[in-house]
Amino acid sequence: MNAAFLIDAILWASVAVLGWLAWQRGRPVLVASLREGSMDFIHIVPRIALGVIGSGYIAAVIPSEVIIGALGPNSGWLGVLTAVVAGAATPGGPVIGFSIGAVALKAGGGSPQVLAYVVAWALFAFQRLVLWEIPFMPARFVWFRAAVSVPLPFLAAAIAMAIGKP
Amino acid sequence: MSDVPLKQPAAADDADNGEPRPGRARKPIGWSTIMLAALVAVSAVLVYRRDGVNGVTEILSHDLSLFGGILPRVLAGCLLGAFIAEILPHDKVSKSLGPQSGLKGLLIGAAFGAVLPGGPFTAYPVASALLAVGADFGATISMVVSWTLIGYGRAVAWEIPIMGTDFTLWRIVISLPLPLIAGAFGRFVYARLYRDGAP
Repeated sequence: MNAAFLIDAILWASVAVLGWLAWQRGRPVLVASLREGSMDFIHIVPRIALGVIGSGYIAAVIPSEVIIGALGPNSGWLGVLTAVVAGAATPGGPVIGFSIGAVALKAGGGSPQVLAYVVAWALFAFQRLVLWEIPFMPARFVWFRAAVSVPLPFLAAAIAMAIGKP
Repeated sequence: MSDVPLKQPAAADDADNGEPRPGRARKPIGWSTIMLAALVAVSAVLVYRRDGVNGVTEILSHDLSLFGGILPRVLAGCLLGAFIAEILPHDKVSKSLGPQSGLKGLLIGAAFGAVLPGGPFTAYPVASALLAVGADFGATISMVVSWTLIGYGRAVAWEIPIMGTDFTLWRIVISLPLPLIAGAFGRFVYARLYRDGAP
């Protein structure tokens, strides 16, 4: 909770500082950017409502035991591949991917596979791309960014295998 | 899904020329949202059949409170993005984060992503603002990937409590080179894909 409060404080302090800088450029600049930001907010809220309120239901029905079973320590590169696909299919939100990863670790999953799962989920969980990234950014950039991120979980798993950590 | 990246370049070039802020061009609800809404509806029905009305309302009330907590941060993120788009000088941004910015541009992007406060509600509007004021895909990819993998927000609030400190710290150490690799790879591919259409 404290960490969340601190992050909120930093966030609103940044807003205040940038708002002050905009005001220094003149009142019209401040007013224009306030209006622009508010319009963004109004346009984005319905999609975020769908994403946040809906992801609980998706999380409740995904077969997490299947994912956890596929990440065994002897699953090798096939396990890493499964982890990447499963990470992309796991709904976004801050908790779900980490929770499945934590259970997989406790159930004896291999570290490189769990690492690949968490990294793939963080980078290109499909639901997060659709509901968080596309409303805010040009769609072309979102798909491009996701595509060039595909090798990263494999790379992370390779590094983990090479150094024997975590 | 596979046809989407092919369709985007043509449409986006118009946006680059005519619309100074590509992120501000609001899209109507598209196929992806409809698909996801259907997925949510099917999941909700499955939860209802498994757990009854109680299961449905329990998840709904939990997610509603989560949504209420996120809303002010979404507003903060939108304002942050709007201020940045307004304040940052185009020429300086395109010099230090543009296509010719080299490794230094990728490093600046990655460092910025790592220290950026807040969650997706901050990172994505800010990334969009950077693109609008002259950063290229490479530097912006570095920023987004760095925010995702190295940023402290999600790690402190969620990953350490759930995954444990040891796993999280190693995960971050292993992730350190990834934003630069993604940014360099993105820039490399972008230059070859959109050689004619790039602004």
